[in-house]
Amino acid sequence: MKRLLVAAVLAMGLAGMAHAAIDTYEFAKDGDRERFRELTKELRCPKCQNQDIADSNAPIAADLRKEIFRMLGEGKDNQQIIDFMVDRYGDFVRYKPALTGKTALLWFGPAGLLLAGVAVMAVILRRRRAAPSDGSDALSPEERQRLDQLLDTKTDD
Amino acid sequence: MKRWLMVVPLAEFLLVAVFLYRGLYLDPAELPSAMIGKPFPAFNLPSVQGDKTLTQADLLGKPALVNVWGTWCISCRVEHPVLNKLAEKGVVIYGINYKDDNAAALKWLAEFHNPYQLDIRDEEGNLGLNLGVYGAPETFFIDAKGVIRDKYVGVIDEVVWREQLAAKYQALVDEAKP
Repeated sequence: MKRLLVAAVLAMGLAGMAHAAIDTYEFAKDGDRERFRELTKELRCPKCQNQDIADSNAPIAADLRKEIFRMLGEGKDNQQIIDFMVDRYGDFVRYKPALTGKTALLWFGPAGLLLAGVAVMAVILRRRRAAPSDGSDALSPEERQRLDQLLDTKTDD
Repeated sequence: MKRWLMVVPLAEFLLVAVFLYRGLYLDPAELPSAMIGKPFPAFNLPSVQGDKTLTQADLLGKPALVNVWGTWCISCRVEHPVLNKLAEKGVVIYGINYKDDNAAALKWLAEFHNPYQLDIRDEEGNLGLNLGVYGAPETFFIDAKGVIRDKYVGVIDEVVWREQLAAKYQALVDEAKP
C-alpha cells in the first residue's frame, strides 16, 4: 500500500513535466538550452493566442521552435532572434513587448493606476484626519437628555 | 459629500461598457500583419507540378493575390471555389502550397480546378514562415512591384470579397496602370 502511494506521488510529479510540448533538440552549447527555454517562454504562439511557443502543440509553434533552434546553432543572439520573429509576426509575438509609444500604456498603465489609487487614498485620509474632532460631533445637553429618555423608556408590551 | 462624486460610478460604468461593447466586435485571432509595406520575401522553390523553379521575381509585374493553402486545411476547401470564380473573372492569383504532401496537392488541383497562375511548393514551410503565416488560408495582396500591401486571414467568400477585398485589389490594379 505504502509503495503504491509513493508511486502515485512520484507519478504526479511526472504529470507536471509532461505539460510542455516535447522536442528532442541536442544543443551544441550548454547555455543554448537555457536560452532556448527563455526564448520559447517569451515568444507567444501566433495561432493559439494565450500560450507561449514552449507550451504550445500547434504546428506553427513547433516550426518556430525549430527556427529558434536553428538560429541558436548559427550563433545568433537573443535580440536577433526576437527581431526575426517580430519582423514576421509583429509585436504581438512578444510577451514582453518593446517599449514604444504604442506600448507605453501597457508598460506604465498599471503602475499609473496604482499611483492614482494611492493619491486618492492619501487625499481622503488627509481630509479625514484634518476634519475637526474637537467634540463637535458630541451631543449637546438637550440631545443627551433626549437620548437618556429614549433609552430609559420601557415598552409596556 | 459632494454631489458630483455621485456620477463617478456611472461614468466608470459607461467607460467600461464602451470598451466591452467594442470588444464584442473585435476578433482577437486577427493579427495585424507585420509584413505590410515590405517586399515579398525572397524564395527559391519548385512548382507543385515540378516543372520549374520559382523565385520572388516571378511574382512581379502584376498586382496579385498570393493565397496560402494546403490540402490539410479544411476551410481552404470552402475557399477554393471562390478563388476559381475570381480567377475566371481575371483576378491574378498565385498559390503557395504550404506544408503539404505534394501528391495530395496535385490531386486537389486536378480535382477542384487550379485557380493559381503559379503554384509554389513550400513543403518545408520556410516561405510561409518568412511571410508570417500562422494558419491557412491566408491571402496576401501584392502590388506590381512585389510589395505586400495587405493581408487577409481566413476564408475569402463572396461576401468578404465583394465588401472588403475587391476594392483593395481594384486599387492595386488602378495603381499599376500607367
